[in-house]
Amino acid sequence: MSIKVVEGKNIVRDYHVGGGLFRAQRTVHAVKGVSFGVDKGKTLAIVGESGCGKSTLARIITLIDPATSGELFIDGNKVDIARGGLTKEMRRKVQIVFQNPYGSLNPRQKIGDVLGEPLLINTDKPADERRDLAMKMLKKVGLGPEHYNRYPHMFSGGQRQRIAIARALMLNPSLLVLDEPVSALDLSVQAQVLNLLADLQDEFQLTYVFISHDLSVVRYIADDVMVMYFGEAVEYGSREEVFSDPKHSYTKTLFAATPRADVASIKARLAKKKAA
Amino acid sequence: MALLDIQNLVVEFQTASGMFRAVDGVSLHVDEREVLAIVGESGSGKSVSMLAVMGLLPWTAKVTADRMSFNGRDLLKLSPAERRKIVGKDMSMIFQEPMASLNPCFTVGFQIEEVLRFHMGMDGAQRRERAIELLSQVGIAEPAERLNSFPHQMSGGQCQRVMIAIAIACNPKLLIADEPTTALDVTIQKQILDLLVSLQAKYGMGLIMITHNMGVVAETADRVIVQYKGRKMEEADVLSLFESPKSNYTRALLSALPENAVGDRLPTVSDMLFEPAPSGAAA
Repeated sequence: MSIKVVEGKNIVRDYHVGGGLFRAQRTVHAVKGVSFGVDKGKTLAIVGESGCGKSTLARIITLIDPATSGELFIDGNKVDIARGGLTKEMRRKVQIVFQNPYGSLNPRQKIGDVLGEPLLINTDKPADERRDLAMKMLKKVGLGPEHYNRYPHMFSGGQRQRIAIARALMLNPSLLVLDEPVSALDLSVQAQVLNLLADLQDEFQLTYVFISHDLSVVRYIADDVMVMYFGEAVEYGSREEVFSDPKHSYTKTLFAATPRADVASIKARLAKKKAA
Repeated sequence: MALLDIQNLVVEFQTASGMFRAVDGVSLHVDEREVLAIVGESGSGKSVSMLAVMGLLPWTAKVTADRMSFNGRDLLKLSPAERRKIVGKDMSMIFQEPMASLNPCFTVGFQIEEVLRFHMGMDGAQRRERAIELLSQVGIAEPAERLNSFPHQMSGGQCQRVMIAIAIACNPKLLIADEPTTALDVTIQKQILDLLVSLQAKYGMGLIMITHNMGVVAETADRVIVQYKGRKMEEADVLSLFESPKSNYTRALLSALPENAVGDRLPTVSDMLFEPAPSGAAA
């Protein structure tokens, strides 16, 4: 059996909120015991509505937040950031791309510095080497060397998301967590970014954890799909299994709610309207 | 006669590098009881053209049109005071960010009643009664208690329902929805779209749906206008648009849908652009 790039066993995350002089503390169970595993070069999609715990899970996988209980393995090594620090080696293996490309880039930092910073912090490469690597990465994500000295406000949303992806790839991670990377983008730009992600996956043998609430995107990009609802994984299986035979009622609701853009369903709708 | 009739609308903005043309000669009309969808990417001028109709653009914008009439009245000739009497009453708009478009300092009830006071001149008791009626119409549970809630105490979907309640408070003839579901989850999106369409059918309103989501278009529209860079690329009824799109741009948009993907790669719009634009619009 091959070693999974990322594996979670029974991951739980609780948040304690409130608790003042006159009020008791309350515990929110954001993630209630979720298990998963992703093979190298594959994509796991996590689907669910806002508040279902999918972004919390992303933060745990990215080693930003510790899990309350449960075990997380990255490349077969057990990681627990709550006790014992995190080595730079570990930090380099997992990177994240956030949803909003307008909020995730520092407006006062030139693109070259944005890309060089992960190297500056995590490696001891000299400045000229960092610069060369940043230039190469810009080309990889479809931008050019002329963009090196520009600021984030000079770029469109799709270009910024490319920069965020480039930054995440600077440390040659084995796992990339994508937290709704295309939901803020236009349809045509979304297609470009999805193509870019597919190309990069082929080139670097990257493993993706792809978080989304858009089922049509998930169907296109995912190998495995996990549906989350109120902190629990209500459905987990290969893309074909989940899409052809959804078992849980929430998954069925989700499929029914997704707008369909095929001719047959438009005809059905128009006929229904005429009859009414 | 058409409810809203616009001929050759041009909107230009004064910028540091001269005039920027955001909308370039768009003509459209909406009839009563009709759902028109305007589709396009960001920067296609779809929101700006509707803001021009509502008269909500800043002073840096220059709006010109051969004709812009609503319900038989010429919007271009109205004084600002006369126009304010129409906007929010006979013609109202819902915006994209429900959380951002409600005032965080006032209760939901106050914000609904404000419209009723200004346009309908109702007294306090009538306003309250009507506000409760509106909230229950848009599907908010316990409407009487909810009137005293502030926007931050409600979810995004509930805020959007309140926005819809404000927009339909005076039984408008035309409702403009600017990306009403973009910020919402799929399941909530479905509820809001169903609500809009059922209200539209019930009151016989004209509805303009601005969106970039082809799925939303397919689920709601009667007729569709596709816009690109401020120009109208195509206008067709919904079925023929999806069955046999005429312009290259529409074809490109439809093939960029992930569910229409053939093989491993998605075709992008730039792959297919640009052969000569359809007649009437020079690209």
